Amino acid sequence: MTTIEKKETLIKGKANLEVFSETLISLAEKDRNILAVTSDSRGSGKLVPFADKLPDQIVEVGIAEQNLVGVAAGLASAGKKVYAVSPACFLTARSLEQIKNDVAYSDFPVVLVGISAGVSYGALGSTHHSIHDVAVLRAINNIEVVVPADNFEAEQTIIAASKATKPVFIKFGKKAMPVLPRLEQTFEIGKASTICEGSDVAFIACGETVLPAYEAAQILKEKGISAEVISMHTVKPLDEQAVLKAAQKCKAVITVEEHSVHGGLGEACASLLMQNGVSLPFKIVGIPDEDTATGSQEEIFEYYGITGDALMETALKLA
Amino acid sequence: MKKFTDLELQIKSVEYRLALLKYIKIAKAGHTGGSLSCTDILNVLYNDVLDVTPESFGDKNRNRYIQSKGHSVEALYVVLADKGFYPESDLETLCKGGSKYVGHPTRKIPGIEFNTGALGHGLPISAGIALAAKKDEADYKVFTLLGDGELAEGSNWEAAQMAAHYKLDNLVAILDHNALQITGTNREVNSPYPIDEKFRAFGWHVVEVDGNNITELRKTFQAVPEVKGKPTFVIANTVKGKGVSFMENEKKWHHGVPSDEQYELAMKELNGELERLSAIKVGE
Ligand SMILES: Cc1ncc(C[n+]2csc(CCOP(=O)(O)OP(=O)(O)O)c2C)c(N)n1
Ligand SMILES: [Mg+2]
Repeated sequence: MTTIEKKETLIKGKANLEVFSETLISLAEKDRNILAVTSDSRGSGKLVPFADKLPDQIVEVGIAEQNLVGVAAGLASAGKKVYAVSPACFLTARSLEQIKNDVAYSDFPVVLVGISAGVSYGALGSTHHSIHDVAVLRAINNIEVVVPADNFEAEQTIIAASKATKPVFIKFGKKAMPVLPRLEQTFEIGKASTICEGSDVAFIACGETVLPAYEAAQILKEKGISAEVISMHTVKPLDEQAVLKAAQKCKAVITVEEHSVHGGLGEACASLLMQNGVSLPFKIVGIPDEDTATGSQEEIFEYYGITGDALMETALKLA
Repeated sequence: MKKFTDLELQIKSVEYRLALLKYIKIAKAGHTGGSLSCTDILNVLYNDVLDVTPESFGDKNRNRYIQSKGHSVEALYVVLADKGFYPESDLETLCKGGSKYVGHPTRKIPGIEFNTGALGHGLPISAGIALAAKKDEADYKVFTLLGDGELAEGSNWEAAQMAAHYKLDNLVAILDHNALQITGTNREVNSPYPIDEKFRAFGWHVVEVDGNNITELRKTFQAVPEVKGKPTFVIANTVKGKGVSFMENEKKWHHGVPSDEQYELAMKELNGELERLSAIKVGE
């Protein structure tokens, strides 16, 4: 199968989660003011090495996610640089009011790290999925939402967040991600990264769905269709210029996200295009409003057409 | 910090109550009963304990006050004005379009540490600040004011467990124990009792005080934290609507706004108390 061949051409990487943990350790070793706050989640957050190396810089609050975020805000208000780390599903639902009031409204630059986001926990079922997180946080003022695609973006996001003066939410999964090509080896929160350029169809994706979008672009190329792939790692604030430019260059836009089709990246792009009078074939690929398919992340992606082949088909139908 | 006599603080409490009613009356909105019940607590904290002034507010090592029962913001606004954070006349804009003096605390107001108003947030936040102080080996204290109805929020208990676990003896939670919430008494709505035993079981040092008695409050707040390694829980027994007899212990005054007639009555009663206390002062 073409997809697999293409995958092999990419350099193997680690899970973004592992990159997060390594990056945080290296930052925290240099800055004693950095704290990781966990809710019995250091194992799933790959923070055991952090805890071993920097025991004074990890704060365990136990299985109490509301308290996790309240405590994180308190620590930040007293001058600490806080990374509050918890599975995205709990962090952005159980403690949503703490995110809204204690962090965003009170305006303390806490870094909220949603681990095993989207459907990473796959077979554990919908209790453990977070396909709502981007939507709910998009509707909360004063918080940035970043969904890194690969190891480079994950590392850069964690570093950028350490300097952020505003609250940031970062989500990623636990699957090993290959190193994606990109036009420029630069990174800035709020500035989309172009993975490859094209002129027929544009894939605007975020997080772990950038990879299948890129695979689709590779297959489309063989078929003589030129596809652009944009990693829209920052969903809020959206890089509006990047979206408008892609829609200008290409005849169709497909958004891809490991998230509900409601309220996520796709609707953010749709709203922007519509309000700018841009009308073109447009499709939001994500997880629909239904009892989510069961299985691993890969199986769920397969079911909802988030694979290179399925996205290629979607593009052929649209462009 | 200027040292006030008990009598001077008693006079201040009456002045605060007069002022907060005035601004609630102008705004035609406010949380009257709970502001009146915690007035003496805020008075003693700001005039005798915290040592927070507009000049020291930027200090990393300042004592912190987090008002978890954010709805009683009128009492806080009046006290902060008295402390010089802004002119009291600013409060004429309370709850008006374009005013930063909204109906719950926000950091846009000088002197306020956190945006509160959703109940159940102050204790986790305060535990976080107290933990930061421990990490920094700083000796400031963190005070937070909770409502008794508010205790039903589960997040309090998450923080209560954690504060004891981390031995946050620099943390003092004060309960405005007026025994009323919106719908009725705490006992009727969803009983929090026995509050003292619960906090003791959670590993806290618990003390009880008459929360409308300046002398008692001063003694208690000066003494805390008394026990090394334990956070302190102060059950301050108060009267909701304190100082205005027809508002006292009446649930409807939770967010009742007085009519012109009721306002006159309230002013008369409080001014009478003010005269009585001032006469004692002159006699001293
Ligand atoms: C999370 C949340 N739920 C509900 C409310 C609405 N509310 C405001 S005050 C109040 C009653 C509070 O009672 P209590 O804690 O006893 O305060 P006090 O009697 O001191 O006014 C309620 C339900 C709120 N502010 N926050
Ligand atoms: Mg009450």
